[in-house]
Amino acid sequence: MSTTTATPDPRTTLDLSHTKPISFLTQLRVELRKSYDTRAGLWLLIVIAAFAALGMAIVVAVGLTQDDFEPEFGTFFSTTNYTTAVLLPVLGIMLVTSEWNQRTAMVTFTLEPRRTRVVLAKLVAGLLLALVVAVVATGIAAICNLLYGLLSGDGASWSLGEVSVPGFLLLQTIGMLSGFALAALFLNTAAAIVVFFLYSFVLPPVFLLAAALLEWVRDIQPWIDFSAAQGPLFDWSIEGEEWAHLAVSGAIWLLLPLAIGVWRVLRAEVK
Amino acid sequence: MIQLDHVTKRYGGFTAVDDVSFTARPGRVTGFLGPNGAGKTTSMRIMVGLTHPDQGSITIGGHRYHDIPNPARHVGTLLDASAQHAGRTGREVLRITAGTIGVGRDRVEEMLTLVGLDGSEAKRRVRNYSLGMRQRLGIANALLGDPSVLVLDEPANGLDPAGIHWMRGLLRSFASQGGTVLLSSHLLHEVEMIADDMVLIGRGKIVAQGTKAELLQTRGSFARAEQPDALAAALREAGVEAVTSGDQGVRAECDPVEIGRVAARAGVVLVELRPADGAGLEEMFLQLTAGDAREQVGASPAPQTDPSASTAGATR
Repeated sequence: MSTTTATPDPRTTLDLSHTKPISFLTQLRVELRKSYDTRAGLWLLIVIAAFAALGMAIVVAVGLTQDDFEPEFGTFFSTTNYTTAVLLPVLGIMLVTSEWNQRTAMVTFTLEPRRTRVVLAKLVAGLLLALVVAVVATGIAAICNLLYGLLSGDGASWSLGEVSVPGFLLLQTIGMLSGFALAALFLNTAAAIVVFFLYSFVLPPVFLLAAALLEWVRDIQPWIDFSAAQGPLFDWSIEGEEWAHLAVSGAIWLLLPLAIGVWRVLRAEVK
Repeated sequence: MIQLDHVTKRYGGFTAVDDVSFTARPGRVTGFLGPNGAGKTTSMRIMVGLTHPDQGSITIGGHRYHDIPNPARHVGTLLDASAQHAGRTGREVLRITAGTIGVGRDRVEEMLTLVGLDGSEAKRRVRNYSLGMRQRLGIANALLGDPSVLVLDEPANGLDPAGIHWMRGLLRSFASQGGTVLLSSHLLHEVEMIADDMVLIGRGKIVAQGTKAELLQTRGSFARAEQPDALAAALREAGVEAVTSGDQGVRAECDPVEIGRVAARAGVVLVELRPADGAGLEEMFLQLTAGDAREQVGASPAPQTDPSASTAGATR
């Protein structure tokens, strides 16, 4: 089976001179498309919007029935933080794990062996989707605010109150990235979702309790409690050492899993 | 052209691919044959960069897969027909690939037609596809980028005989236009039907390779006799290598006429006498399979290829 390799035969040698590599924009477009072209993906996006709307509808109802509560635009806007905080991480998780559950990573990484670019495209797609969610939520908030103004007869107040737009966007981004990081770390939807909810909803009260009981925990708690560190982002009152708290706890709970997870995806044998 | 050079891949103490070297040439369909777990899939995964070899190198058309820009435009790959998102429609699966590698939507429709998935089938979600339909979709996916090299892992698995026939025609015409095809199978008769060249792998090692004609070439003769043991003994006495095989059968390393003479001298009545058909490869393959595939154990080596039996034996 000796084949002559000395003479470059066009039949045995691929001519690559006319082939352009896959551009990042192309990959990004494909990753965005993958996020909504399945029922699971599409419904997740619909549910995120529906939950945001539901949260605000409740605010409208409460505002109409309770005399001492007068919601303004900022009130509606901020409810999004609670509803999407739960679901945006799930979106981030699904972006990554659907490829592994369904084993399409095999096809994806065969089409584009430069895995870093695929992962980066997914990450950017996630950020864009978080932005879309924020825009849609803002739209729904505006509608609800108008509706409340009409129904209450007092007119709508367009004050944002304490809510900060950059803070809101940053929180949404962190939520999506947290899911993405855990998904890359575990490469499994269920595990990533469970761990995300453990660390964002179970851990904070544990930290509070431990801090109340143990002095040394009290000292380090601000540095390791990522949820608490995100608190001052809400009204953008964050300053000085609080930024350091956010950076350090974020490094532990977001950047570290993201780094390990991405490293894992880049190295993993895709089956 | 696909060239493997001393490729080795170990998992802990287990060597999945052991110093494998072979070449799949352009204009030929190369069958990569071996029992399940012999290292076919691992080798193919290494070819397209999904698995990193511990040693050795693989080039496709003179390049490492990783160095080929937009590789699907040159190398079409089908590694696992079931590795598709169950929630996507067949057409959407192809559109995702088309979007990634930069070919138009008309090419998607063209490929759907080529593999025989009609409009209503293309609209169905992959979850509702039979294995045969998934294979067709996978082949369409591999062909989308109009590649000159095809790497297909068990593409005939799940296809009915008509489907296998169709695939043979497709791959033949692909090869006749100068394309390189490497396809794996755990069924000898599939590879026999489709391939020009064969590479036989067992327990990670290449055990035979060559053209189909070379490997399936007649070696020795086959006879059936009233007293096969007596015939085999008489043949051995005459200095001919002979073994009993199957139902009253005797396989001997000589021309049929020689068996006839020995039988006449020994007074053994022959029931059948003919040149053996591709016995060497068949038996080598059965030996390889016997140790690994439980369903084969106990079955005496069949003297003839029985396509229906081997199709029924297709597991996975």
